[in-house]
Amino acid sequence: MAELTEELSRVKAEEPAVPSTDVRVHPNPDPAPAPAPEGAPTVIVDDLHIIYRVYGAASDTEKGNAVNALMRLVKRQGRPQMKEVHAVRGVSFVARHGDAIGIVGRNGSGKSTLLRAIAGLLPPHSGAVYTDGQPSLLGVNAALMRELTGERNIVLGCYAMGMNPKQVKEKYDEIVDFSGIGEFVQFPMSTYSSGMGARLRFAIASAKSHDVLLIDEALATGDREFRRKSQDRIKKMRDEAGTVFLVAHNLDVIEETCNRVLWLHKGKIKMDGDPKTVLAAYNKV
Amino acid sequence: MSQPESAITDAQAGGPSNGTPAQGQEPLAKLAARHGLRRAIARPSLPVYLRQLWERRHFITTYATSRNVSKYSNSALGQLWQVLTPLLNAGIYYLMFGVILGASKGIENYPAFLITGMFVFTYTQRSVSSGAKAISGNLSLIRALHFPRASLPLAYTIQEFQQLLISMGVLFALVLITGEEFTLLWLLIPVALALQTMFNVGASLMLARVGSTARDLNQLLPFIMRTWLYASGVFFSIEDRVVGPNGAGLPQWVADVMYFNPAAAYIELMRDLLMYEAVRPYIWAVCVFWALFALLGGFWYFWRAEEKYGRG
Repeated sequence: MAELTEELSRVKAEEPAVPSTDVRVHPNPDPAPAPAPEGAPTVIVDDLHIIYRVYGAASDTEKGNAVNALMRLVKRQGRPQMKEVHAVRGVSFVARHGDAIGIVGRNGSGKSTLLRAIAGLLPPHSGAVYTDGQPSLLGVNAALMRELTGERNIVLGCYAMGMNPKQVKEKYDEIVDFSGIGEFVQFPMSTYSSGMGARLRFAIASAKSHDVLLIDEALATGDREFRRKSQDRIKKMRDEAGTVFLVAHNLDVIEETCNRVLWLHKGKIKMDGDPKTVLAAYNKV
Repeated sequence: MSQPESAITDAQAGGPSNGTPAQGQEPLAKLAARHGLRRAIARPSLPVYLRQLWERRHFITTYATSRNVSKYSNSALGQLWQVLTPLLNAGIYYLMFGVILGASKGIENYPAFLITGMFVFTYTQRSVSSGAKAISGNLSLIRALHFPRASLPLAYTIQEFQQLLISMGVLFALVLITGEEFTLLWLLIPVALALQTMFNVGASLMLARVGSTARDLNQLLPFIMRTWLYASGVFFSIEDRVVGPNGAGLPQWVADVMYFNPAAAYIELMRDLLMYEAVRPYIWAVCVFWALFALLGGFWYFWRAEEKYGRG
């Protein structure tokens, strides 16, 4: 298996645009599997490349002072403090209705970027993502404000996810109950412990149901009791949603909940298959 | 998941995972078209976009209010600062320009003149400069949630509008204290504010798109704003300085050109209504023109890049 993985990584590291690589990569020599009988495609990712810009990333040689900045201008090295990160490099796959797909890979392998591209939040540099309905990322952290009370943040978070006032009213008590933060809901979120904050954020984020759900390491939050509760909630959301993508470093969770795993390495798919095989190979590296 | 299903998934996995489909399989784009899948990131048409924006009105207003609340949450006086800040500003400018530099020559009721100009200008200035940061300062939000991106510059302008309503209360009080009287023309003030708000929304949308890619804009803006402040006749009367006997003695059209500056026009409009009981068609025309031009142009310009804002 280790050898196979080696070979896989070598093959995939090259430009993946040669059809014949299929035969070599796949352990099963049958080159053209029949279209899936079980579900219509919900997400199609077609040779996706994502490049995003990072500002203020100066290397050691170009330390930030005015003289160097001027020299860069004189030498016409435009956009001095900007770096481009090629985070996803030619990823293609088809996800079908009923799939729960785990995405594994090291830090910086492009997992989160891939999720954001599927959600339509990051524009592709080339290639395309096709989806059925609107995939949504589970998470509202970015919309919340630490200085505000839990109450205000619940309302703000629900609106940010696109609810209307009636839905917010309906969900409000449920969110407070589920988060289990009790009367702390009247205090600013900046006074919460990190566990409490995470619980409230998860409670808000999971209050809405989605067609295609993208979950980015949202599971391992709070104490054991809450973790169990949130795993149940995720399972329920997974049953309601057509397709689920799950990024987590906790491989047990992926093995438990997913029926397919993508292994991303440096922005490319290194392996794609059933959880046991992929995770076994991933664990060996 | 049951074993056979995993096996099937496994069998499929090799094909599409590789950039090009296996032999005998259709290209992914065609497969997507056949199943009615659409591109995840696509710009909606302008009418659809406006409808989406309307559906998000609760988010926009809640976001604006939340920002105003959180802004003052660390100070003991809290939102009282929304009243204190404009009052202190008015006091300092009056001291500087009215008393020490003596810019008030020839202007009756200079405090009211100055404070009206200051508050009206500040509204536009703050909307525009916060609009410039609306996208570039909220990338994490844009990369996490779906909403029409114009919500952000709009929310920032609404936040400034909420601040303005408080400032206007202070302004009315000061204008009455300094000896002006209520006239029926005051009833037109909401119209004037609506026109200015239209302009501010449009200008902040425009700068939001520019600021999303041109990072140096935030360093330049303070200078642009200060130049704009001096050109807009906040401290002096453009008419007196340009045309009047104590001024440069230039022809009237020079003053009219200077009044074409939207900030100058909105300031003059407010002063006409509040203090001079005057209605100047030229000023009204300029105000209406800028309101429509900025709002329509700003929306169109911002919408054109809707799908690109996540890239940074």
